[in-house]
Amino acid sequence: MAIIEIEQLAKSYRVYQKKEGLRAALTGLFHREYREVKAVRGIDLTVNEGEFVAFLGPNGAGKTTTLKLLSGVINPSSGTARVMGHVPWRRENAYRRRFALVMGQKNQLWWDLPALESFRLHQQIYRIAPDQFEQTKNELTDLLQVSDLLKQPVRELSLGERMKMELTAALLHSPEVLFLDEPTIGLDVIAQHNIQQFLKKYQEKRNVTILLTSHYMKDVAALCKRVVVINHGQIQYDGSLAGIVDQFSGFKIISLQFAESESFDDLERYGQVLEVQPPKARLRIARAEVPSVLAAILDGHSIVDVAVEDPPLEEVIADVFSQGDDKEKDKTTRQESPVAKR
Amino acid sequence: MYARALTWWIILRIALEERLVYRGDFMLGTLMRFLPIITQIFLWWAVFETVGGGSVGKANIAGYSYNDMVAYYLLTMISRAFSSMPGLASGVALQIRNGEIKKFLIQPVDLIGFLLLNRIAHKLVYYTIAILPFAFVFYLCRDFFSAGWPDAATLAAYIASLVMGFLIGYFLEMSIGLIGFWFLEVSSLLFIYMLFSFFLSGHMFPLDILPPPWNTLVDVLPLKYLAYFPSAIFLGKVSGWDLANGLAIQATWLIFFIGFSRVMYARGVKRYSGFGG
Repeated sequence: MAIIEIEQLAKSYRVYQKKEGLRAALTGLFHREYREVKAVRGIDLTVNEGEFVAFLGPNGAGKTTTLKLLSGVINPSSGTARVMGHVPWRRENAYRRRFALVMGQKNQLWWDLPALESFRLHQQIYRIAPDQFEQTKNELTDLLQVSDLLKQPVRELSLGERMKMELTAALLHSPEVLFLDEPTIGLDVIAQHNIQQFLKKYQEKRNVTILLTSHYMKDVAALCKRVVVINHGQIQYDGSLAGIVDQFSGFKIISLQFAESESFDDLERYGQVLEVQPPKARLRIARAEVPSVLAAILDGHSIVDVAVEDPPLEEVIADVFSQGDDKEKDKTTRQESPVAKR
Repeated sequence: MYARALTWWIILRIALEERLVYRGDFMLGTLMRFLPIITQIFLWWAVFETVGGGSVGKANIAGYSYNDMVAYYLLTMISRAFSSMPGLASGVALQIRNGEIKKFLIQPVDLIGFLLLNRIAHKLVYYTIAILPFAFVFYLCRDFFSAGWPDAATLAAYIASLVMGFLIGYFLEMSIGLIGFWFLEVSSLLFIYMLFSFFLSGHMFPLDILPPPWNTLVDVLPLKYLAYFPSAIFLGKVSGWDLANGLAIQATWLIFFIGFSRVMYARGVKRYSGFGG
């Protein structure tokens, strides 16, 4: 069942163009030039109940803008969106009690008070029944292992502990839809891992629908079966994480371990040499040529061990992003020449 | 209805706890407020001495004796304790600028109501701590109040006026803070407001000593209800029909500012969400 339906959603901002220098600053007092920034340009997306979807994209691609649109912080320039049947930017309380937005860089808890007090406030704001509140609170804080920190002022918590408290606060009212904007930003590896594990368990147990943006591929790989790549405000890819590699990377990485006394000087003829550390070497080979190249290597050398791997996800994603950039450049050049426009 | 009342109580309770975290700062801030009293008493002494040609007792400024003047000044201290809103407008503008305001768009909680409860908590903590030094100062200065305590009806009107003064102060400064949706920085605007408020609310001197056309000006402005009007009620300067009329106008201003801040908030949010948070 579709829980989030987005059609042709677009959002442009008007940004004041500040020019350099005092003189420009003075003229700026009377006459300002604005530039239109198209943060999101026509997104179509359907998310079903219980899906865990990752939004990937470089900074400024429109991920956060999309989450802001879906949580009703901003109104769109055009297009429609429905989340659980509600139009988010109408900001009805009925909708606001059914979702939560967690921003890794924003703090929602009361700084000087223990987290428990902020939780109690949420209990009231979201009208959570007392026994349900106790139960949810205990469950969440147990899972996140922060039960013994509830009475400590938030300002004395570490960043990781605070993020866990933020998550607890956001989940107290058992939202059906959860928007996570870089929930693990700035956390160390262990804290990141804890939060991933928590999200995974929680999502499986409650079957909530989650949209996540993150720059950590580990988050995405651990959590999301479906990945949406957004670049320049448009959806560039929508599918599985493994599918990205299939679709966008034409290469495989072959790792070889040679027998002693083998020479390494002629590896260039097989493909791009990434690394040589005798007796090991790594090559980048076009996907279609993998079987023939592998056969040739095995034929010509004495090999102890071999592995064929996909390139690291980060690299593929970076490729995908830059492909988007190239397309974008083509588009702008085309727009500039009136002939090509017709 | 019960749920809503409970929500208010919890918000109030948490805000109270938060205020009490800063005990030391609070005590110091409260005590420091009483220092200007001494300088003001000496200042008016000097003024009356000059006017009376060396005799303070005989001097009279627009119907005010020296004692009346000091009594008036002490009463405006109380009015201001209700109606001043330190940090409200700048705090709201800051929340708009750094995006914390989003919280109130995402969560089912109303910014204006939430901050009002915060402010009530703030004031309650303040009064609880300040009531002792206030009582002490008024006890020391009891001789300045030559007319003694007003009757019960006047006292009731006085309290009503103080409470409305608090609310007008809140909704007025809230409106100024909400200008932050249009101009990111409201501090200079706030400074101008403070400056005008200082003179035109009656904080500095009683407004009825002003000559025309200034007296008409302060009469049509809402500022006098923040300091002058409650004090004037206590001193028995307004009574009967004038008192009822004054309270009615004060209530009208209050309703106006409630509505005004609501409109500002709705428009501000519209603009904010249109421009992209």
